[in-house]
Amino acid sequence: MILLLTIDFAGEIKPLSDQLEARFRTEVAVSPCEFDCRAFLDQQRNQYNSSAMVKRLEQDRPLSVCKVLAVTGLDLFIPVLTFVFGEARLNGQCAIVSSYRLDNRFYGLAQNPALLQERLLKEAVHELGHTFGLFHCHNPECVMRSSTYVEEIDYKSSRLCGQCSDRLVKC
Amino acid sequence: MPDQVSMLIVDDETSVRESLMHWFMPEGYRVETAGGAAEALDKLRDSSFDIVLLDVKMPGMDGIELQKRLREIDGQLTIIIMTAYATVDTAIQALKQGAYDYITKPVDPDDLSRLVRNAIEQRRLIRENLSLKEEISSLISVDEIVGESPRIQEMLKVIQTVAQTDVTAMIQGASGTGKELVARAIHFNSKRKYFPLITINCGAMTDTLVESELFGHERGAFTGAQYRRKGKLELAHKGAIFFDEIGNIGSKTQMDLLRVIETKRFTRLGGNQVVEADFRIISATNRNLEEAVKEGSFREDLYYRLNVFNIQLPTLKERASDIPLLVNHFVRKFGTAMNKPFTGVAPHTMEWLKQQPWPGNVRELQNAIERAVVVGKPPLISMDDLPCPVNWRSSLEAEEVLPLAEVEKRHIQLALDRTRGNVSLAAQLLEVDRATVYNKIKKYCLSY
Ligand SMILES: [Zn+2]
Ligand SMILES: [Zn+2]
Repeated sequence: MILLLTIDFAGEIKPLSDQLEARFRTEVAVSPCEFDCRAFLDQQRNQYNSSAMVKRLEQDRPLSVCKVLAVTGLDLFIPVLTFVFGEARLNGQCAIVSSYRLDNRFYGLAQNPALLQERLLKEAVHELGHTFGLFHCHNPECVMRSSTYVEEIDYKSSRLCGQCSDRLVKC
Repeated sequence: MPDQVSMLIVDDETSVRESLMHWFMPEGYRVETAGGAAEALDKLRDSSFDIVLLDVKMPGMDGIELQKRLREIDGQLTIIIMTAYATVDTAIQALKQGAYDYITKPVDPDDLSRLVRNAIEQRRLIRENLSLKEEISSLISVDEIVGESPRIQEMLKVIQTVAQTDVTAMIQGASGTGKELVARAIHFNSKRKYFPLITINCGAMTDTLVESELFGHERGAFTGAQYRRKGKLELAHKGAIFFDEIGNIGSKTQMDLLRVIETKRFTRLGGNQVVEADFRIISATNRNLEEAVKEGSFREDLYYRLNVFNIQLPTLKERASDIPLLVNHFVRKFGTAMNKPFTGVAPHTMEWLKQQPWPGNVRELQNAIERAVVVGKPPLISMDDLPCPVNWRSSLEAEEVLPLAEVEKRHIQLALDRTRGNVSLAAQLLEVDRATVYNKIKKYCLSY
């Protein structure tokens, strides 16, 4: 089972949860996150420390669920990097994705809810893929290709390539 | 993994070490960390590393001194220095002593991953013993193009030939004949296949939008441009760019494009830094571009640049013998996707399908089958499952005064054709929301 935790997420979570349910063929539960995320705010950067958040998620994880994915509208960073779209522990249980920099409005473009939803799905599948032990993939259309630019997210599909899905089945 | 890249992250801050380690692990690298100089030296004595990310400012021994010591142990080590803005001088000193490069914290994730990738690439090139065996795996097979007719077999041969060269190709064919599929087949069978194929649909965009999409822009290039944005040419670096409906670009873009093709260099909008990119160009058009050249609406020099190798796609009518093969392919494809165990179509239905004119070509056929799979009951698709007369789109006569609803229907179909059935884009062109477009599609039985 996958647990989706919302942290300061204003969007609708239902479409994502439905899509993930279909993708991973497992039950997806949704619940608001209980901890206070202000603890992870870096005042100077006005961003939230995603590594610290993932660590906290690992501590709080209910034993009954297989994977936890936090979905947030907050701007995430890790030290050294200016931002991250999300973070996961390879072969771990927990991951986080942020919609903050997936939204066209962040780049001064017109709002595009469908595109935002698509990007969020891709990043969610990508980070969950890491928790299932998947590495970055060189196939340009595979969802496990690493994207450090929002446009790069648009060029990959939301699906695993043949090699990655084979690997996922083995896990 | 015999060829696994190994990386050592040296920083006195635990949070930096850990988060960077987790950030690099999905790359498949072996990542280890050290909290100080002594630990770093120990680790390097114990095992070898390819890359060291080294914080320049640590208590005990400074990064420059540590760099020297690390190099004494392994002279081949690639060292990347991490520094805060205040210590750029130190970083420059480090470069003089042979560091590969330095980054100032915080760094753009794209810059860091590119830097590390380049460093790895450089190491690979240096290690000459690594023979560059071409991987035989093919990411996409030409099998996706279905057909046994002579026209298609001939086309497949042409695709194979073009794929093996780096030549600029132009694909000509009526709408729905599968131009994008051919572009993909060329790209994914070429030696550029591990890099992206970037598509730009010129038919659905204004000229100014095409420019900003192609070249990208710098922060502050225009109102609302808060961040630097890479253009498609830049994203296509080492891969290919596919211009769909190239005949639709305006004269200014034609001129800019010609210059880029000649120099492979350009600047982002609002910037003056020259960006170099290495890409292959594949373009497609459903217009007769030679006519456009004669009329003067398309530059002749650009036309010859783009049309180095020409591939003509047959209409579905010209390869009608492939229809049963295609129909069965689509039935299987959509049946599997929707979990409906269809085995084929009823015999008289296949006859009927073969006789239709299919003005929208393979795409129209594909959409018809997709709909039939949605509404039909397995195991066979019957006539009743094909809801609309497929050839409703009679010739458009300009003089004719049509009922308003008919005009609306045709106009929406036009938008859908232009955007290759992308409802979101069509909605943008029509300046209505997607729900409206979907409702009209339903109402008028439009194909998309
Ligand atoms: Zn990743
Ligand atoms: Zn993959």
